[in-house]
Amino acid sequence: MSKAEILGRIGRGLGRIEPTAAERERVAARLAAKARNAIPARAQLPEAERQALFIEMAREAAAEVIELSSLQQVPSAVANWLQQTGIDELVVASDNPLPELCKQLPETLRVRQGVAQAGDLASLTLSFLGIAETGTLMLYSRPESPTTLNFLPDNHLVILQRSDIVGVYEEAWSQLRARYPDSLPRTVNMITGPSRSADIEQKLQMGAHGPRRLVIFLVA
Amino acid sequence: MQITSPDFKDNARIALQDVGLQKALGNVKTGFPHKRAAAIARLPEFEQLRDEARDLKNHIIEHLDLYLEAFEAKVLENGGHVHWCRTADEARQTILKICQDKQARTVTKGKSMVTEEINLNEYLEANGVTPVETDLGEYILQLRGEHPSHIIAPAIHLNLEDVSETFHAHHHKPKSMDPAVLMQEAREELRTKFVAADVGITGANFLVAETGSSIIVTNEGNGDLTQTLPKTHIVVTSIEKVVPTLEDMTLFLRLLARSATGQEFTVYNTLSTGPRRPGDQDGPEDYHVVLVDNGRSDMIASELREMLRCIRCAACMNHCPVYGAIGGHSYGWVYPGPMGSVLTPQMIGIEQAALLPNASTFCGKCESVCPVRIPLPKLMRHWRRDEFEKHLTPGAARWGLGVWSFVARRPALYRQLTRIGSRVLRSLAGKKGRISKLPLASGWTDGREMPAPSGKTFMQQWQEQQKARQSS
Repeated sequence: MSKAEILGRIGRGLGRIEPTAAERERVAARLAAKARNAIPARAQLPEAERQALFIEMAREAAAEVIELSSLQQVPSAVANWLQQTGIDELVVASDNPLPELCKQLPETLRVRQGVAQAGDLASLTLSFLGIAETGTLMLYSRPESPTTLNFLPDNHLVILQRSDIVGVYEEAWSQLRARYPDSLPRTVNMITGPSRSADIEQKLQMGAHGPRRLVIFLVA
Repeated sequence: MQITSPDFKDNARIALQDVGLQKALGNVKTGFPHKRAAAIARLPEFEQLRDEARDLKNHIIEHLDLYLEAFEAKVLENGGHVHWCRTADEARQTILKICQDKQARTVTKGKSMVTEEINLNEYLEANGVTPVETDLGEYILQLRGEHPSHIIAPAIHLNLEDVSETFHAHHHKPKSMDPAVLMQEAREELRTKFVAADVGITGANFLVAETGSSIIVTNEGNGDLTQTLPKTHIVVTSIEKVVPTLEDMTLFLRLLARSATGQEFTVYNTLSTGPRRPGDQDGPEDYHVVLVDNGRSDMIASELREMLRCIRCAACMNHCPVYGAIGGHSYGWVYPGPMGSVLTPQMIGIEQAALLPNASTFCGKCESVCPVRIPLPKLMRHWRRDEFEKHLTPGAARWGLGVWSFVARRPALYRQLTRIGSRVLRSLAGKKGRISKLPLASGWTDGREMPAPSGKTFMQQWQEQQKARQSS
C-alpha cells in the first residue's frame, strides 16, 4: 500500500504518472554500465609506488604495517608480535593457507578456529585486497572468515599479499564483482586503521568498540 | 522528542549565556573546518567530485522511483525484506512489529538520525523493547536522557566534566577525567549488550541499487557489532539514500569523510547485503530495510528538491556562525544548522519552525562547503517566502516590509529617505562611531552595538566620485 503511495508521490513530484520508456532505459543502462566517475590521480601509480602509497596511508591511519619477504615468515612474525604484546591466544580464519601456517605457531599459543567471542584478545585473517588511495583493507564474509573476527577481538592481525594492493576503490569493486558476479557476500568490510572515537570533546581516542590495534603483515 | 523550535529565540538566548555550552562549541570551530580544509588541500580533484556528485544526485532524484524499485528487487533476490513507510508512525510500527515477531527484549542501535526523526527509542521503550545506543556519543546522551545536538558528533555540546559525571553516576566506577578511561568504560559496558541483543538497528549512509546493499560508515566499529551479532538486522533509512552502483557510492564516499571529519576515509565502510549466507558462521539470519518517506517525496515538486541531495556530512553546521554560537539544541528538533533550517519546516511544519530559516545571515558559507552544492540560503529563502504567504510573519514585520516595498519602488523617495536616515544614524552614533541604542531595533542593540553608517548614501558617494573624476 505505502509502496504504491510513495512511488506515486515521487512520480507526481516528477510531473508524470508512470516512468517513461526513456527513463527506464537510462536507469537500466546506468546500472549495467557500472561506469566510473572521476578518480583521483594520486593513486593511479605504477606497482612499486602504489605499494609504497598503501603503506604510507595505512600507517597514517594508525595501522601497523610489518613487511615480510615470504609467507613462510608469517608464523614467526605473528608469534613475535603476540609475545611482545603479551598475548597467548589467537582466533583464526580457516581459509588456506592459514591452517598450514598455524601449524608452525608455537605450541604455547592457544589457537582456535571459528567465530570471535567477546573477550578474545587477537584474531588473524586474510585480506582480500589493499587499496593504496587511503591505505584501506577490503575483507568480506564467508564460511571460512566470519565477520566477527574483524571486530570483536582487541587486536586484528591481517595478512595481505603485496600483489593484492590495487590503486583505487574502483579496481577493488571490479575484482570483487569478478569473484561474486551474482550477489555480494553478506558483509564487505573496508577497514582503514583501528577503531577510534572523538565523541568526547573532539579529542581522538583509539580503540572505541572495534580492535584497538590493526596489524597488517604485508607479504611479498 | 519534544519540539521546541517555536521557542528558538529563547533557546538561543539561554545557549549564548551557557558557559559550558560555549566552551564545548569552541571545539566545533577549531576542529572540523581546519580538518576539512587540510583534507581537501590534499585532493586536487575535490571540486570536480562535487560537481559530479551534484549532477549524479540530480539524476538519481529524477529517477528515484526506478532506483528504489531496482534496489528492492535486489534485496528480495538476496533473501532480505523491504518495508515502505510513508510516515514516521508507520515506520515505528513496522520496526516494532519486526522486534515483536522476534520476541526481542533488547535492541542495539548504531547511529541513525532517521531513527531520531521518527522518535523510535521512546516508542520502543513504551512498548517493552529496550533500545541501547552504541555510538559513544549517542550512548552518553542516552544515559543523560538527551538528544543529539549535531548529526555526526551527537555529544559535541558536552564537556569532559559532563561525561565524567554521567559515567560516574551510571557505571559505579571511580570518577575519571581521562577520556581514554571513559571510553574504555563504555567499551566494557556495551560489550555485553552487543552480545545479548536480539535485534540490531543501524541507519544507512547509502543504498546501492545494483547490489541491494546498505552501507554504514563509522569510526568506532559499533555499527558493525550492531549489525553482525544479533539474529536480526534492521536498516532504518530514508528514500533519497539510494545510489545506482558501487562506483557511484564511491564518488560520495570520497566526499563524505573529507567534508565531515576531514578524514581521508572513515575507518569502517561496511556493505551489508541480505542475511547470512549458507555456511556462514555469523551474521544476522534476517535482514530488513525500512524505507522512510516522511515528507521527502513531497519535496520533489518544489525547489526543496535540491535538499534531497544532502548526504548528511554536517559541513554546513560545522561552518555556520549561527550554529557555532548557539549549538544544535537551540534549533528545537532533530536536524540543526542550515540543513536543519531547510528540513525541519518540511517535517514538522513551517508553523512551528518559521524561526529557523530566519536564523541566518545568509553569509553563504554553508553553500560554499556543501559537497553536493545545495543552495541552502536559497532554500531558507523559500521558507521565508512560504511563511510570508501563509501570513505567519508577525504583524510588525509584515507592516515594515510593506512600507519598505512601497518606498523601494519609488527611487526618488527612497533616495531622499535613505539620505535622511543615513545622516540621522551618523549623528546618533556620536564620536565613538557606534550606535548602542536604537528605537525599533532593540533586538539588535540590546545584544551588541551597531556600526554607524558613513553619513552619506551609496548614491551620494557615487555621484561625488563621478564628479571628482570628471573634473580631474
